[in-house]
Amino acid sequence: MLYSLAGIALFCIALRAVILATAPLRAILAVNVMSSGVFLVLVALARRTPGLVADPVPHAMVITGIVVAVSATAMAIVLTQRLRANVSAPTVEDTPGAGP
Amino acid sequence: MTWQAALPLLVLASSLLPGLVIFALPERSRTLRTALNLSGAVVKLFLVVWMLWQSGQGVHYELRAALLPGLDLVLRSSELGLFFVVLSALLWLVTTIYAVGYLEDSPNRSRFFGFFSLCVTATAGAALAGNLITFLAFYEMLTLATYPLVVHRGTAAARRAGRMYLAYTIGGGGVLTLGTLWLYSITGTLEFVPGGIVAPFVDRNATALSAAFVVLVAGIGVKAALVPLHSWLPTAMVAPAPVSALLHAVAVVKVGAFGLMRLVFSTYGVEAASGLGLAQGLAVVAAVTIVYGSLRALAQTNLKRLLAYSTVSQLSYIALGIALGGAVAATGGIVHLVHQGLMKITLFFAAGNLAETLGVHEIRDMRGAGRRMPWSMAAFTLCAFGMIGTPPMAGFISKWYLGIGAVDSDAAWVVWLLAGSSILNAAYFLPIVWAIWFEPPPEQWPHDKRSGRAETSLMLLVPTLFTAAMALAVGLFAATPYSPLEWARLIAARQYAP
Amino acid sequence: MTALEPGSTWVVWLIVSPLAAALIAFLLPRVAAAIALANALFMGVAALALLDLVTEQGPHRYSLGGWGAPLGIDLYADPLSGVLLVVAAVVVLATLFYSRDYLARTAIGPLFWPISLFLHAALNALLLSADAFNLYVTLELLSLSAVALVALADEQRAVAAALRYLLASIVASLAYLLGVALLYHTAGVLDLAALAERATWTPATWAALGLMTAGLAVKGALFPVHFWLPGAHSYAPSPVSALLSALVVKAPFYVLLRLWYAPFAGAPEAVGTLLGLLGALAIVWGSLQALRQARLKLLIAYSTVAQIGYLFLFFPLAQSRSALQGVTVFILGHALAKAAMFLAAGNMHKCLGHDRIQDLHRVARELPVTLAAFAVGGVCIMGLPPSGNFIGKWLLIEAAFAQGEWGWAVVVVAGGLLSAAYVFRVLGHAFTVDDKPVDASGAPASMAWAAFALALLALTLGVFAAPLIDLIGGPGETAVAHLSSREP
Repeated sequence: MLYSLAGIALFCIALRAVILATAPLRAILAVNVMSSGVFLVLVALARRTPGLVADPVPHAMVITGIVVAVSATAMAIVLTQRLRANVSAPTVEDTPGAGP
Repeated sequence: MTWQAALPLLVLASSLLPGLVIFALPERSRTLRTALNLSGAVVKLFLVVWMLWQSGQGVHYELRAALLPGLDLVLRSSELGLFFVVLSALLWLVTTIYAVGYLEDSPNRSRFFGFFSLCVTATAGAALAGNLITFLAFYEMLTLATYPLVVHRGTAAARRAGRMYLAYTIGGGGVLTLGTLWLYSITGTLEFVPGGIVAPFVDRNATALSAAFVVLVAGIGVKAALVPLHSWLPTAMVAPAPVSALLHAVAVVKVGAFGLMRLVFSTYGVEAASGLGLAQGLAVVAAVTIVYGSLRALAQTNLKRLLAYSTVSQLSYIALGIALGGAVAATGGIVHLVHQGLMKITLFFAAGNLAETLGVHEIRDMRGAGRRMPWSMAAFTLCAFGMIGTPPMAGFISKWYLGIGAVDSDAAWVVWLLAGSSILNAAYFLPIVWAIWFEPPPEQWPHDKRSGRAETSLMLLVPTLFTAAMALAVGLFAATPYSPLEWARLIAARQYAP
Repeated sequence: MTALEPGSTWVVWLIVSPLAAALIAFLLPRVAAAIALANALFMGVAALALLDLVTEQGPHRYSLGGWGAPLGIDLYADPLSGVLLVVAAVVVLATLFYSRDYLARTAIGPLFWPISLFLHAALNALLLSADAFNLYVTLELLSLSAVALVALADEQRAVAAALRYLLASIVASLAYLLGVALLYHTAGVLDLAALAERATWTPATWAALGLMTAGLAVKGALFPVHFWLPGAHSYAPSPVSALLSALVVKAPFYVLLRLWYAPFAGAPEAVGTLLGLLGALAIVWGSLQALRQARLKLLIAYSTVAQIGYLFLFFPLAQSRSALQGVTVFILGHALAKAAMFLAAGNMHKCLGHDRIQDLHRVARELPVTLAAFAVGGVCIMGLPPSGNFIGKWLLIEAAFAQGEWGWAVVVVAGGLLSAAYVFRVLGHAFTVDDKPVDASGAPASMAWAAFALALLALTLGVFAAPLIDLIGGPGETAVAHLSSREP
């Protein structure tokens, strides 16, 4: 229970960081912290029944989740690099949302 | 399915297919385009007359395609629909000839005639529609097909007019959709049936039905140019003359007026519409429109604007006839569909001839035009008198029936209204007629394009004279068996004695 | 599941074939286009065959490797997923056909082919998923391939938009995943059908409802969390914009729809009303923003924001069968029409060298087929008959009247009028005559006609929709399959 609450706390803190982040790298790191929080919850909830054997399904989910998170992170880093290749100080906010 | 059963579809195809082919034609293939246009129009006229004749033999045409669960797209031959489709097919042929002559050297003719054909397809579809949702579909199609014609010239004024036209008609279409669905949620059917579909629901849902009627009239009233939904019509007169003819006589406003008939006769039924007090309300709106249109017409200096306001006013005779209750008034309203169409198309043709041949757009420049263009101006004069309601022109017949009908239904105020409106009509038409014939022509017309021996191109003159002659004939021979009047009387009798 | 049921192969092919094609296209760039087109054709056939199958025999469940629901992965197909698979195949086919000539004229590399094939595989897998976690994985794969496609446009702002899209998308998926964890905690299963039976309303379920709905709303670009959409959809290469706006953005909504029939079936009305209100705001806000845009592709992207709003009107009306039918037909109509509009816009952009709306003069003359495609697509977006969008709106309004909530009906109609305003803002410019020279080099016929074909399909969808509508939302079909349907 404690672990799941810690995981949820991590999730919330990191969510705040993502929303407030200005530099892409910070946002990417925060997202990773977020995913760690989620995985922590999953693993913690796997111990649902008192006993020695934990539920394997959440573990499978965590593994898949980590794979997905890693690939997404890799992609985000590549994009950040491509941004950096052209602009000196990229920010997430400089995407023109409303156009010229 | 034999080709006979598919006749309503063929009527639509006879203008749709040429239209689609014309879009694809290059600008320079003029002969082919004209041939397609005219053959489409002739074939369509032939098909509708054939359908009319077959219907007279007792053949009933109906085509259905499922659209939604429990709701079909329906094309059906009915007396009222045939009446309208014959009128529009005839006037389309005439207008096509006129348009070919009028747009002789202007750009984008393929586009123009393509949309022109789509307009007529939509009108025929609305006429043959067998239920409200089919009518709605063609009503919207008409809006879209007309827009490119209104903005055809591409000038700033044309685009402004186009925007206004869209704002009104698309808005009207949205309102009509809402009303249609509302009605559907009450009745569970949208079929056009003589006597209407709402009768079983009047007791339980009177309020909702009345409110839905108001919404529906607001939707259709845009195209029928009921005040205060009329402003787009005078603005849209910036379009070329054939488009004005199309807007004012063949298609757009006619579909509006026809829609009101469908609403009162075939959806609500005269009994329910009068019982709920809805017809009376419509009559009042129509009366206000008649007077308002005439008053505004008085103040105009531009000929086409004047004619446009005159249309606003004249159209509401149709609405008035439907709304008064009683077969005689309805006859007047229904037959005015034809009469107003013939007279107004002639007036716009004549105005177009003036603009195209002499460059005259303003009323003050029309002085002495009768000497330069006697034939066109004679047609103009004839139909102006018709609009005023002088016997034996067609307009007189309509007003006569409306008046008698009003007395029959204890609405004597309508007689005063008709008298007053005729005086107003005279007040704005007679000075023009006077100026045409009895004032000296100017030394120099604004842009005189004299060509050949006739006063103007024959492609322009012949349609004008033809429609003027028709307008005279339907008045003179109103009492003969196959006149529009007799036909209208038959339809009206059917509505009141199902 | 032991024996292969008849037709199960189609379910597998729908996922395996685009994956294999993606691999081949990646390894052999020279045949990539041909492979992709062949695969798209095959997908069309397979989706139609599957739709036919589920129409004949009812919902269809298939266990990968024969493991069965609690442990293994189940695939599931019913008429809803069937029609969506078909429309996905149609849009992809037209878009890829268009892309052959588009790519030849731009610097976008051959990577487009494998990634778009991968996207198609992810989308198909998502539409066929039967459990909450599988939906997470497929959603994530879909987002990753979508982001990669956006980033293909070698422009600074496109890359920035892609990054923004990616971050929003990851955060959204994590929220969704946390929700899945909580759901699993309460019910002990992931299969949607099993969840529908076991779900109880504990605080954890509530949290899951909030987290999953919020995550899917971000991914589905529901107002006010649509911020990532306009940039990503407008700066992407045009065929990518078409795929994104037509298909990808519908996927999260589809997931939410499935959840709404399974674990969240008993969600209180207030939640549905809230989603509906946000949808209504999206319609108004998106349309007003579209009216203000100076660039054509941004206008279309904001139009997507508005049209997504219509989808969410489903939730307050979910009690009526016609709401589900309406929203399904609406998805189909919007997918076809919006793809047509983006493809047409791409054409104008390529030929004129810009997509500034006020400089679109004479497009009518230079690019008639392209303009016709845009106009017809626009007419569908406006929801005029007989387009699929009209049918969809009609059914939604019918549901609103049936529940006596006519306010939603007014929103639907008002949204249509607003969309007419922005569509004609473009068309009006296109009719302008002036003397500015236009150096339109002319578009390849294939590009113009691909757009036009989609638009024409969208317009005539209403005429063919009647049998489709009857398929959708039959009794008991909407809940993603009771487990009993596994037994033949």
